[in-house]
Amino acid sequence: MDENIENQNIEITLLLEAIYLKYGYDFRDYAKSSIKRRVMRFMSLSRTNTISEIQHKLIYDKDFFKRFLLDFSIHVTEMFRDPSFYKIIKEKVIPLLRPLPFIKIWHAGCSTGEEVYSMAILLKEENLYEKTRIYATDFNESVINKAKEGIYPLDKMKDYSYNYQKAGGTSDFELYYTSSYEFVLMKKFLKENIVFADHNLATDSIFGEMNMIICRNVLIYFNKNLQNKVIKLFRDSLCEGGFLCLGTKESLIFSKYVNEFEEFASKEKIYLYKGSHYR
Amino acid sequence: MKYEAIVIGVSAGGLNALKTILPTLPHDFKIPVIIVQHEHASSDDFLAHYLNDRCMLTVIQADEKIKISSGNVYLAPPNYHLLVEDDKTFSLSIDEHVNYARPSIDVLFETASEAYGNKLIGIILTGANSDGSIGLKEIKKRGGLTIVQEPSKAEVATMPSAAISATQVDYILPLEEIGPFLCKLEENL
Ligand SMILES: C[S@@+](CC[C@H](N)C(=O)[O-])C[C@H]1O[C@@H](n2cnc3c(N)ncnc32)[C@H](O)[C@@H]1O
Repeated sequence: MDENIENQNIEITLLLEAIYLKYGYDFRDYAKSSIKRRVMRFMSLSRTNTISEIQHKLIYDKDFFKRFLLDFSIHVTEMFRDPSFYKIIKEKVIPLLRPLPFIKIWHAGCSTGEEVYSMAILLKEENLYEKTRIYATDFNESVINKAKEGIYPLDKMKDYSYNYQKAGGTSDFELYYTSSYEFVLMKKFLKENIVFADHNLATDSIFGEMNMIICRNVLIYFNKNLQNKVIKLFRDSLCEGGFLCLGTKESLIFSKYVNEFEEFASKEKIYLYKGSHYR
Repeated sequence: MKYEAIVIGVSAGGLNALKTILPTLPHDFKIPVIIVQHEHASSDDFLAHYLNDRCMLTVIQADEKIKISSGNVYLAPPNYHLLVEDDKTFSLSIDEHVNYARPSIDVLFETASEAYGNKLIGIILTGANSDGSIGLKEIKKRGGLTIVQEPSKAEVATMPSAAISATQVDYILPLEEIGPFLCKLEENL
């Protein structure tokens, strides 16, 4: 291997170790190519010259670390991303959730909350929202705060409205927010049964007795090791017969726990947890 | 073996370009081929099926964590960046668009170049933007082989022209000659 690249890899390994030791955030088992691109990006944004310089600053300057964390993790998300996913939830999953006395949903890695509000809207339209509690978590405090606020750029709404229609929305999308200037604010009634919280999938523990866990486009950033660890966490947080929903390009195929799940909707990557007796 | 992977970046006019090059590669072609074709975010896997029906090699959408291996042509899935890890497996990401594109050619080329160094062949084909220019430059810098479709005959010349002005590329070839050229290279490995 090119010596430059080798040196860079060493610096990155040390950087991740330093972050873990100092702040407890564990990026050591993230996919390396992505991490490297983010570090390089941050290097030019922060006008630092070397990775080791970033490392030094991070250790001694908490605010610098906060900035790093914000730029470093990826928060790209959308409302009703992959409309067919929401459609299947509506047509196939909802009928199985409907008889339950109470529904618990965990949105892990929810970023700025667009997905969470999408789900709330869907449940509202199915008349299930009142008996649902949604736990929306991310390990990044500032995105969780944004999710709580539910304020989004107005210019995105056209795409979101289109997605909403394609997902089988039955109402008028505009009813779910109020707009002022360039922004929209999600209506309060959508927030009533959502609990927003800080939670790190790499280091925190289980969230009990969930009927559905949605974690989309988070596992793609992890290596196999961490993927397995997180899938175990999900398994241990699910009720028997609960659903695990992953991103369109994520799957359980390579996971140790594949046999404990049944493919429920293969293209949409929805899995049903069969229960502990399949271990 | 000298070359271990081929990366191809293509945008507008890509269907025709890929359907010209890929079917000329024999079933025992030893070098895996990895492609970013710019597509609409909501595209499905039509392109992979379409090309697979016309090729001797297996054309599939790239999945994360799979080992890159010969006999296959991998296409970046629509709306995801495709990255190559040092251990020659794929990663996917939904990071911001790069050059207004996701998947972006630069993202594939730069990561592949880090992983394969001088054992990589990079090819830029027809397209209406300049994605891929920086990535191709990286490939060249690390000693890889660079090929660009001759702009004057390309369906859209912008992308190949941009690549040529950014890098002293090794070969500028008309579309029809790229496939046979790759076959000859592979035979001599
Ligand atoms: C690309 S976004 C995906 C957002 C959304 N689920 C979607 O699919 O549109 C990835 C999110 O995962 C979060 N994340 C990354 N690592 C995490 C971890 N260890 N624990 C919790 N959240 C994490 C990031 O902060 C980010 O908000």
